[in-house]
Amino acid sequence: MRAVSKSADEIVYGLKREYLEKICAEGSRIDGRKFDEVRPIIVNRNFVPRAQGSAEVRLGDSRVLVGIKIEQGEPFPDTPNSGILTTNAELLPMASPTFESGPPGEDAIELARVVDRGIRESKMIDLDKLVIKEGEKVWVVFVDMHILDYDGNLIDACALGAVAALLEATVPASKVGAEDFPLPINHVPVTVTFAKIGSTMLADPNLEEEEVASARLSIATNENGDVVAMQKGLSGSITKEELFSAVDASIKLGKDIRKRVLGK
Amino acid sequence: MERKIVLPGEEINLEGMKQGNGIYHENGKYYSYQMGVLQTYNSYANVIPLSGKYYPVRNDRVIGKVIDVAPSFWIMDIRGPYPGFLHINDTPWKNMDQDLNKILAVGDTVFGKVNEITESRQIWLSLKDAGLRKLEGGHILMVQPTKVSRIIGKGGSMVNTIKEVTGVKIQLGQNGVVWLDGPADKVMVVRKILKYIEKEAHTSGLTERVKKILEEKQVI
Repeated sequence: MRAVSKSADEIVYGLKREYLEKICAEGSRIDGRKFDEVRPIIVNRNFVPRAQGSAEVRLGDSRVLVGIKIEQGEPFPDTPNSGILTTNAELLPMASPTFESGPPGEDAIELARVVDRGIRESKMIDLDKLVIKEGEKVWVVFVDMHILDYDGNLIDACALGAVAALLEATVPASKVGAEDFPLPINHVPVTVTFAKIGSTMLADPNLEEEEVASARLSIATNENGDVVAMQKGLSGSITKEELFSAVDASIKLGKDIRKRVLGK
Repeated sequence: MERKIVLPGEEINLEGMKQGNGIYHENGKYYSYQMGVLQTYNSYANVIPLSGKYYPVRNDRVIGKVIDVAPSFWIMDIRGPYPGFLHINDTPWKNMDQDLNKILAVGDTVFGKVNEITESRQIWLSLKDAGLRKLEGGHILMVQPTKVSRIIGKGGSMVNTIKEVTGVKIQLGQNGVVWLDGPADKVMVVRKILKYIEKEAHTSGLTERVKKILEEKQVI
């Protein structure tokens, strides 16, 4: 039986793949960037004034909107003393011809989970400080990511948007008779994604590079230069040397983005 | 007639010209269907849309991508409202070993022409004409199909200027698919200049400006 057929937009021009592999081997990228250079980043914080925190991120021509909602809820039975973090990503059909409406697909789920992992495993939010009444009521932090325009590397754009929005978020404690307080933050993780084309690892791949990539690697690092989360995507393989050089580059780029864009 | 931008539903004074494309007729008056540029051509007034999908016309040169392989023909994406079909008999190849995948596989690109559009709107392509072939090497770029004529320019003046100055091989499909081949830095220049033409397509004196930008290596 034939596998589920792809739509015409999802089939990649074969010669595009060859061309990108060729120019990467020659040492250049399709948009003239260096291999470890990210596209221009613009972060607009407090983009949605009525949300508890929000950020609009433009990474090249990719554009995402992240909103934070903090509400009361019941804690999970196994963690009665900590708040809850929930991430959700929505690939809006207007962002790309290949996005369809309907329940979230594999890509949307992976995106939400990778962003979630970066925040959770870096211990960015001090969830233990989000307890209202032990075992009964805690604060639930919802991170909702909307993709407004797709030009590749949504993981980095969403992760950056989520972190930027969380840094500004306020817990609406006045609803339970206490005083509103800023969301307790411990660390600032930054995720950097690499695409492997031929035998080259490219930081912050754009849509064309993402289409033809054989493997994808997302690395989240914190301000101490520790690797806190990773995700390998697509079917291709990555050598040990490529992995280590990507880790080094992600720490370097993470430091730069943290300072330049997030001001931390 | 004055060359101007019109909006959908805007009344058009034909000034004795005949009703052409993109114009409709109601209660003795003429209106534009689309947002576009009002132009005259051979005593016809036409509204050339500023943006839109590609509508195949017979004998158009298009660049298509194989999206499926059938027993005796290929199904091609030509960015039109319907897929195009390319039959083995309309190609220079012979179907000797019964496997079309060996000739063209999914993802391969051809420069073909629209041979026939049937009553049931099937689009049949052909490779049997001068210059039509499978495209190998090079890079693919998408532009608005409505801007292709502007990129070609009067008698090919615009595209020839770009070819001469940059030395990049360019093949334009009427469906807005552009094939480029050359050194990476030159291809990047051509990509930028094509995007510039797309953006400035409704302005006049564009060929001269493009020539100036290319020769003086201006950054856009």
